[in-house]
Amino acid sequence: MSSSNGELLSVKNLRTYFETEDGVLKAVDGIDFELSRGQTLGIVGESGSGKSVASLSIMRLIPNPPGKIVSGEVKLDGDDLLKLSTAEIRKVRGKRVAMIFQDPMTSLNPFMRISKQLMEVTQLHLAYSSAQAYEHALEMLEQVGIADARARADSYPHELSGGMRQRVMIAMALSCRPELLIADEPTTALDVTIQAQILELIKNLKSETRASVILITHDLGVVAGMTDHIVVMYAGKIFECAPTPELFARPGNPYTRGLLRSVPDPTAREQKLYQIPGLPPDLARMPAGCPFAPRCERAEEICHREFPPFVQLAHAHFSLCHFANEVYASAESQTGSRISPPDQA
Amino acid sequence: MNDKISKTEGHHNEPTKPALTPLGTPPEAPALPRGDEVIHTGPEFAVGEGDVHSAEAGEIVAGSSLWKDAWRRLLKNKLAVFGMIVVILLVVASLIGPAIIKRATGYSYDLIPRENALNKSFPPFRGADGSFSWIHPMGTDNAGRDILARVLSGGQISLMVALISTFVSLLIGISYGATAGYLGGRIDDLMMRVVDVLYSLPYIIIVIVLLAMLPAKTPTGQLAELFIALGAVSWLTMARIVRGQVLSLKNQEFVLAARATGVTTPKIIFRHLVPNTLGPVIVYTTLTVPTVMLSEAFLSFLGLGVRPPRVSWGSLAAEGAQNLAIYPWQLIFPGVTMALMLFCLNFLGDGLRDALDPQMRRE
Repeated sequence: MSSSNGELLSVKNLRTYFETEDGVLKAVDGIDFELSRGQTLGIVGESGSGKSVASLSIMRLIPNPPGKIVSGEVKLDGDDLLKLSTAEIRKVRGKRVAMIFQDPMTSLNPFMRISKQLMEVTQLHLAYSSAQAYEHALEMLEQVGIADARARADSYPHELSGGMRQRVMIAMALSCRPELLIADEPTTALDVTIQAQILELIKNLKSETRASVILITHDLGVVAGMTDHIVVMYAGKIFECAPTPELFARPGNPYTRGLLRSVPDPTAREQKLYQIPGLPPDLARMPAGCPFAPRCERAEEICHREFPPFVQLAHAHFSLCHFANEVYASAESQTGSRISPPDQA
Repeated sequence: MNDKISKTEGHHNEPTKPALTPLGTPPEAPALPRGDEVIHTGPEFAVGEGDVHSAEAGEIVAGSSLWKDAWRRLLKNKLAVFGMIVVILLVVASLIGPAIIKRATGYSYDLIPRENALNKSFPPFRGADGSFSWIHPMGTDNAGRDILARVLSGGQISLMVALISTFVSLLIGISYGATAGYLGGRIDDLMMRVVDVLYSLPYIIIVIVLLAMLPAKTPTGQLAELFIALGAVSWLTMARIVRGQVLSLKNQEFVLAARATGVTTPKIIFRHLVPNTLGPVIVYTTLTVPTVMLSEAFLSFLGLGVRPPRVSWGSLAAEGAQNLAIYPWQLIFPGVTMALMLFCLNFLGDGLRDALDPQMRRE
């Protein structure tokens, strides 16, 4: 709690590998990012790009074996989470860093009343008595917009709808007022109308509790409206990171451009939707050069041979590409991103 | 609400099912529903509608829980209901029967009549003078003790052995299986190999060795040893079942969510995982009770179990078997009672399995 403003989380050179029968799988391979207090960071990428593994690594929740955090540094307010003992990291989980998961249908224990599940957190970390914890649970349920919290508190998860369950999950995550909230695709399993409500809720609670948020998603529309900064991941590496408006206006990486082009455009009716050709590479058999080269429009001979450099394009804007500057320069004229960059209110 | 649903179901099943028309003639439009039936197009529809309405009104729907559903399914199973009734009757009779007999006739399970004339085995419903009498509905044994009182008292002991030993096996089996399943890896391998080794040893020999190694001074101590010995060998299957359940549960997100909130490993195992294994555990428990009861009878029959003056169904059968040719009722009554209990427990266990695990039910 020393520095009240500035960096809350800094991840340096994080590598998480999985030992499989096919060989070592580099799910997260040397990523760096920072998150300032009160800010929201979006991590975007296709399935299997390592975004979930990165977030689980921060919490040290990688199943070991087969997974292992090989190297790196995860500093939360100066404390290196990777160096804490098991007992110490347990005190961080749920209290200083909380997490919301993708599927609210399975992330609540089907055999426990939701009040009990909410009480567990505060009894554990804040040493609340059961009466205190119960009152707190009701408060949290009201805060996340569950009407008639007192009557709902004693229901079982199967008695609630998906959206309500995700609200309960959010209530649980925010019970101890964490400094950092990691939301791993919090809306993927919900239908569209509920998605908007849940995102709005996270946004409001974030400003109320002044927590920092890491939002992991593959939905560019979600990050556009929610985040201050975006990290684009591919094959366990950071391909581009930039402030949100900048990334949407001037992407400096062919992969990001591909992602932006594959968002459907509601105004262009007849146009065929763009799609990045091919599939992400097998993480156990990575090509020598750029991992995106086989799918890249812009790829040249060097891309298949040499690993690209991480080029700085502007302040806080980096891109992993041999031709980053070129792509960046041409971006303004071409893309004219269809997802309008959010107005930073 | 449940009652209503099942009623509509029964009532509307036939009319809603479109009949198959032979020889490809186009199926006629289903006969127009009569008057009041228009609203209920089918049971599913009615249920959905009801839920929506109450959700809109903001009241809490007391959803039909797993247990209520299971209970309803159990009640539909006639054999299981029969088993449940007989088991309850036998348990109640064992609990209060001996006291009633003592008050009515003065006999208890270990009362040997003073007069020498009564120290012999009377057939059922025969008084001392050989005429019809209600005093010994099951007759008496060689020493003139009332067999009904002995069977009911034996029931107490048999039930106690079965329940306590099952409880011991539950305790060991659940904690062992859940721990092995959750921790996984080498610890799991090691723990389950121990189970495999114990499995391969004949359990009755283990029990005999255990009982022989710990000679008890009092009949009560002997009984306690019997509980422990039987419990100690019957937890193996329970451990395997619980481990299997935990293996499939531990990769679910709610476990990850619990870990992400900093819950400790023992709490994850016992508060989050074990309650989720309850269904199969209940089913297996109801099937363990008769098995343990039979083992107890077997051991008592061999003279290793319950010792005189206490009686159990097994020791009564052992006594009766010696006089089978002359006084058949000494074996028949304890034997039939025990067989009835075992049958009914198994019926009940089967019924519970079908009720709690509808996927496994054979149609």
